[in-house]
Amino acid sequence: MKFFKPDQYTIYYKGYPKLYIRVKPIFWWLKKWTSFRFILRELTSLAVGYYAVILILIINAINQGSETFQDFQSWFSSPLAIIINLIALALATYHSITWFSLAPKAMVIQIGEKKVPGFLISGMNYGAWVVLSGALIWFFLK
Amino acid sequence: MGQFEKYSHDVLIVGGGGAGLRAAIAVAEADPNLNVAVISKVYPMRSHTVAAEGGAAAVIKQDDSMDLHAYDTISGGDWMCDQDAVEAFVREATEEMIQLEHWGCPWSREDNGSIAVRPFGGMKIKRTWFASDKTGFHMLHTLYQTSLKYDPIQRYDEWYVTQLIVEEGKCQGVIAIELATGDIQAIAAKSVIITTGGCGKVFPFTTNANIKTGDGMALAYRAGVPLKDMEFIQYHPTGLPFSGILITEAARAEGGHLVNKDGYRYLQDYDLGTPQPEPVLRSMELGPRDRLSQAFIKEAEKGKALEGEYGHYVNLDIRHLGEKKINSKLPFVRELCLKYENIDPVKEMIPVRPVVHYMMGGIHTDINGATTLPGLYAAGETACVSINGANRLGSNSLTELLVFGARAGKSAAENAKKQAAPKIDHLGYAVAERKRLNDQYLDTKKGDEKLSVIRKEMHKTMEEGAGIYRTEDSLKKSQKVITELRERFKKVSIEDHSLAFNTELIAAIELSNMLEIADTIIHSALNRKESRGSHQRTDYKERDDKKFLAHSLAYSTGEGSPKIDYLPVTITKWPPGERVYGK
Amino acid sequence: MTSNITLEVFRYNPENDDEPSFQSYAVPCNKDWVILDALNYIKDNLDGTLSFRWSCRMGVCGSCGMMINGTPVLTCAKFLKDYLPGPIRIEPMEHFPVVKDLIIEMSDFVDKLKRVKPYIIRKEEQPLSEGEYLQTPAQLAAYKQYSMCINCMLCYSACPVYGLEPEFLGPAAIALGQRYNLDSRDQGKKEREDVISQDDGIWQCTFVGECSAVCPKDVDPAGAIQRYKVESTTNWWKSVLMPWSDK
Repeated sequence: MKFFKPDQYTIYYKGYPKLYIRVKPIFWWLKKWTSFRFILRELTSLAVGYYAVILILIINAINQGSETFQDFQSWFSSPLAIIINLIALALATYHSITWFSLAPKAMVIQIGEKKVPGFLISGMNYGAWVVLSGALIWFFLK
Repeated sequence: MGQFEKYSHDVLIVGGGGAGLRAAIAVAEADPNLNVAVISKVYPMRSHTVAAEGGAAAVIKQDDSMDLHAYDTISGGDWMCDQDAVEAFVREATEEMIQLEHWGCPWSREDNGSIAVRPFGGMKIKRTWFASDKTGFHMLHTLYQTSLKYDPIQRYDEWYVTQLIVEEGKCQGVIAIELATGDIQAIAAKSVIITTGGCGKVFPFTTNANIKTGDGMALAYRAGVPLKDMEFIQYHPTGLPFSGILITEAARAEGGHLVNKDGYRYLQDYDLGTPQPEPVLRSMELGPRDRLSQAFIKEAEKGKALEGEYGHYVNLDIRHLGEKKINSKLPFVRELCLKYENIDPVKEMIPVRPVVHYMMGGIHTDINGATTLPGLYAAGETACVSINGANRLGSNSLTELLVFGARAGKSAAENAKKQAAPKIDHLGYAVAERKRLNDQYLDTKKGDEKLSVIRKEMHKTMEEGAGIYRTEDSLKKSQKVITELRERFKKVSIEDHSLAFNTELIAAIELSNMLEIADTIIHSALNRKESRGSHQRTDYKERDDKKFLAHSLAYSTGEGSPKIDYLPVTITKWPPGERVYGK
Repeated sequence: MTSNITLEVFRYNPENDDEPSFQSYAVPCNKDWVILDALNYIKDNLDGTLSFRWSCRMGVCGSCGMMINGTPVLTCAKFLKDYLPGPIRIEPMEHFPVVKDLIIEMSDFVDKLKRVKPYIIRKEEQPLSEGEYLQTPAQLAAYKQYSMCINCMLCYSACPVYGLEPEFLGPAAIALGQRYNLDSRDQGKKEREDVISQDDGIWQCTFVGECSAVCPKDVDPAGAIQRYKVESTTNWWKSVLMPWSDK
């Protein structure tokens, strides 16, 4: 199985007698822990997508009237749904945490000649997360 | 012409380091219609300019003057510098450096945003511009990246020049191998500029990169151009003992101390001043490089140096500068020590010993980079103008690249505009060169001498015979060995017979170049019966201005030894005097 | 005292081989040797045909990058003894076509570097006679890190996106584009955006982060790319929400 054909390398100068082109095997990401971790992060975005779909479904159900919403609620409390949601929550949390730890790369704040250290930037992100989640919980449970 | 049309240029620059790129830009700016090409055996950003650390000198501060820079340079060079060249150099240095700043070089700055300068060895006033301690790296990448802006500049990356084409008494191009394919082409040019750097690899223990094999010097020399002042080789006083990795002079300029095995700042015993806690200009550790390297040898002879696996060494102590200053001013020193020597200079002393660093001599050129062969120019370490005399002042060489790279570029462009396009037999040259290389290196019947064996013996004899201190005896012995090696080299055969990227073939041609250059070094040193700057003869201890206030010129005689001639030094304002440091 | 260590070296000669093979060499494990010294030992004493690039042997010219046991490194900056007892597997840098043995074809990177316009672009040049452009230490610090790139291309070998999609502009080229964008003397941001924000530019990057992990000079190209994404997105929103504002 090949991801791309060698003729994709037409960008290269043609004068060579013969270049040897190595092709990435389909399971290249199993060879190294770092690449595996990266693919895992990519895959966990499915869980994030799942939550987006659920949100749309909930809004839709509320729009349809209280009966549909109650159907939805009862499905949600079924053991299967709880298991699915717990898995999705774990995956989405993994996804969020990896993104927060990458945040300092995207946000560089320089004060004078010094750059604000990465852990402070991640820390600020986590802080914002906790505050916002707390606010939401308070709003819905009060 | 047809198929060879693309192998024809107005100006062809051999070498893609600082001088070569500066020259290329100068040509492109002189006239955008000129077709200029840079040919180099490595991609330009691999060139050895990249390894320069400490800085580049140019007058910029109020308390400085052109005359002071000139005097430091001339006295540092033990009055072997041509003073008209030095005056032109210091005059144009500042503008060239500002130009590089405008092109984006990340010079270190003062708080108000103006250029910061640091002290350097042999200087009365601070005038060394620096980009922390990776000045050469930043200068080279700035020049390389800026050169990408100029569409007329074409490049032959990883092509190796094997010969100059000389017809009708003019240089008309080069013959070169494309490394990737093994293809050989004759490339025509109205002007050729050689900017291939020095030849430190003639010696075993050097700060120089693997590519510094004096190719350009050998090309010019074989084409009949003399090599000037080849006996003057600079030993940098502070290299790491095994690898020869350079610990920049900036380490001493920022306040580092050289101490012997008793922790004593031994330079005070060698007429270099008295130790002060703070660095003093033109004194002690900030003396000129030749004197510091010589002091090391004397100290070792007294038994005061430390004894290591790779010979004697002394310690460079920068611990008292503190971690903060080391990280901001000397981060590369720390990185190199940590990575290559497993020591942290914040906590430990750095073992150092003198190491071959720079060739003051080179292809004889005039003040505009022109050689004695019409159409051929040279600039940078490969050339000898001469502004470096018998001992180059630290931080002048990076500036020299710019000033004389630009000058050579301009004059080569002028020349190209006057010349008609050369009509050379492209195919004929290529076929003949293929045959020559096959006969010389690939014919296994001739003998079985090994490259590495001959190289090692050359290294050994050059270190023994033509090191920091030389005598008639040591030089004669080396002369004999080099003559033998040149003979044995004819029987060399290489294992790699492939066309594509034949690095062994290139190494063989490089070794043939180095053997010829070694010969010129030995002969020039043998004939100079005096001691001056970096050339110290224990059998002729004094400087002899009556006989030797003159540049030596080594001419090729083909198979035989070089013929040595002399050319008087140009003196304008500064008559020969005593070199005084530490007072 | 010195024991031997085995190097398993990738061999490919385009004139004789259709497929590469691995050749083993036993070399003395001198405590002061880096991997590059061992390769030179092979070249000088065991096999003159082994081909590889190298030059400065002090980690600044960027020539000697190779895969060592699957990780891209500068071979002049890794001590042999740290790989005891061996064997050490040495391959040419991943994701690049192989010319011969350990030598890869690198013109793709060289072309891409040119595309990001890595030079100062100004609307108006200040004459040299007026001296240098002022740049405070803080302004210098804003881009200095990205200017440390030695073009060794280890980041391209580490980047799976580049391996799968060779059109990707890649970590080093983008970091060098950013280096000029962040330089207080430069006014060419807009011109570079046309290159760097293209489909084969920053948006190819899925933030693996391996480029920064292997960078021998701590340039952090991954950071450069993410910063650029944020900025590019902000600019896009600005142009949509406030079309009258000249970004």
